[in-house]
Amino acid sequence: MAMIIERKELNLWERLYLPEILRGLWLTSRHFFVNMFFHTAHLFGLFKRHRAAVTTQWPEELRPLAARFRSRHRLTTREEGTPRCVGCMLCETVCPAKCITIVAGEHPDPNVEKYPVRFDIDLGVCVYCGYCVEVCPEDAIRMDTNILDVSAYSRDQMKLDIHELMNPTLRKPVPECDLKFPHKCALHDGKLTGSWERVYGPGEKLSRPADQGTELAAR
Amino acid sequence: MIWEIGIPFALSGAILFFVLNLGGLHTWIERKQSAIMQDRIGANRASILGVRLFGLFHPLADAIKMFVKEDFIPPQADKLLHTLAPFLSVFFSLVAFAAIPYGDRLVIGGRVIELQAANLNVALLYIFAMLSLGVYGVILAGFSSHNNYALLGGIRAAAQMVSYEITLGIAIIGTVMIYGTLDLQQMVRAQGGLLFGFLPAWGVFLQPVGFLVFTAAALAETKRVPFDLPEGESEIIGYFVEYSGMKFGMFFMTDFIETIMVAALATTLFFGGWQVPYLTPDGFQFPWGAFVPVAAIPYALLTVASFTVKVLAFCWLFMVIRWTLPRFRYDQLMRLGWRILFPISVANVLITGAVLAWR
Repeated sequence: MAMIIERKELNLWERLYLPEILRGLWLTSRHFFVNMFFHTAHLFGLFKRHRAAVTTQWPEELRPLAARFRSRHRLTTREEGTPRCVGCMLCETVCPAKCITIVAGEHPDPNVEKYPVRFDIDLGVCVYCGYCVEVCPEDAIRMDTNILDVSAYSRDQMKLDIHELMNPTLRKPVPECDLKFPHKCALHDGKLTGSWERVYGPGEKLSRPADQGTELAAR
Repeated sequence: MIWEIGIPFALSGAILFFVLNLGGLHTWIERKQSAIMQDRIGANRASILGVRLFGLFHPLADAIKMFVKEDFIPPQADKLLHTLAPFLSVFFSLVAFAAIPYGDRLVIGGRVIELQAANLNVALLYIFAMLSLGVYGVILAGFSSHNNYALLGGIRAAAQMVSYEITLGIAIIGTVMIYGTLDLQQMVRAQGGLLFGFLPAWGVFLQPVGFLVFTAAALAETKRVPFDLPEGESEIIGYFVEYSGMKFGMFFMTDFIETIMVAALATTLFFGGWQVPYLTPDGFQFPWGAFVPVAAIPYALLTVASFTVKVLAFCWLFMVIRWTLPRFRYDQLMRLGWRILFPISVANVLITGAVLAWR
């Protein structure tokens, strides 16, 4: 719809120019004096609850985030420290940016079909749409780490592997592999490392023959 | 002999020290004051061993950056003029301060020292001459850079400064007529009395219109927002587009030094210079009859402090103006200069003359 905006004619007072200039100067200098008063008061520890500036002094001071805010991903874990992910590939399928790579392996627990041997997210490609979180039937992936400062010097450094996804406090370069279950590990030249014995203990009887699960994953 | 050389040296050294430091601090004032006016905090990250000191190290960091930056001269530029321009610019803005009186006379051991680098009887003419010569730095910078934008900026600067200089000159004629002198020290002394028994006889109360026109025209002379057409950051970058490093820094400093110059001139001509209200050389003589004696040395220091405070207040005001008003269009600038400020200043001269003749 076309809209006609009527230009307001300046009245004499406004065309005199000087009064309007003074009004503008009054406005900005009022801001100056009010803010200066609170800045000075803060130096003496007074009126701490009244902010003198809207500036957030990042990174010392973090802005409060909304509860629904979508930040960097993480993989949730089971009690024994393995990922909740069952390798159903729904997130990889739904991802519009195609930034998720999953390699599924057999899990020794018969109640759990599969688990991710590899779970990589390329944050340089990710659009932070949150579809992976929406689609996950197991609540295995979440975007609630409140990590915003995703930055790197190369595209390779933007890629997160299963270590960083399971432990959001990790930063590149990941110092050492701390995952016990069998997974493809970049720290070991992409070879499969870890075993289910380290997760469940050597004598633990799993209802599925332990050798079967382990060997499937180890293959 | 040592006194004859030492005293002028100390006097000019004092004003140079004050002006150059205040000019450097202006980068800090500009950042911080604009930030506080806009509800921000402003640059505060430069730190030495974790000490930030409200960002006061930023001018230092700036200076280091300016000095280590590549000093680039365009291949087809006129090397001599290109190098000369920033020096001319900063030189003429600095020497103008020689004629500014920043305190009353000081008597030490029978010697009378006027707190002024050069006691000229044509101080006002001298300052205006130096400010006019400052245009050459700007024009040469635009002309020698071999860059159309720089040339455009130089032409704009020349037109603007020549236009506003006329208004500036006529705006203060009223003041000169009232005090009957071009000697700034005498002019300041004449502002020491009282009007109606209580109001300090400052120029602003005798020449309010002259003060307003002078401030507007003088701000145009400093080439800062709202009169920053020669710079025109959004379209032509300005006459210093081909300058880098400390040569650019000198143009930058010139702007600040000219702002201080205008502040000092406005203080001297219209706000009583170093006069403290009700302070006579013997002590405070209040209009209600009270008298507080002040010794000679504290009196001299008080006058210098009074001058400093007034200059700083004007610097603050000019900074508020710079961060409040948007830039004029070029035709608006010329219309303001020639069709509004110029007639007002002429009328001011006529009315002042008429009042003086009738009295």
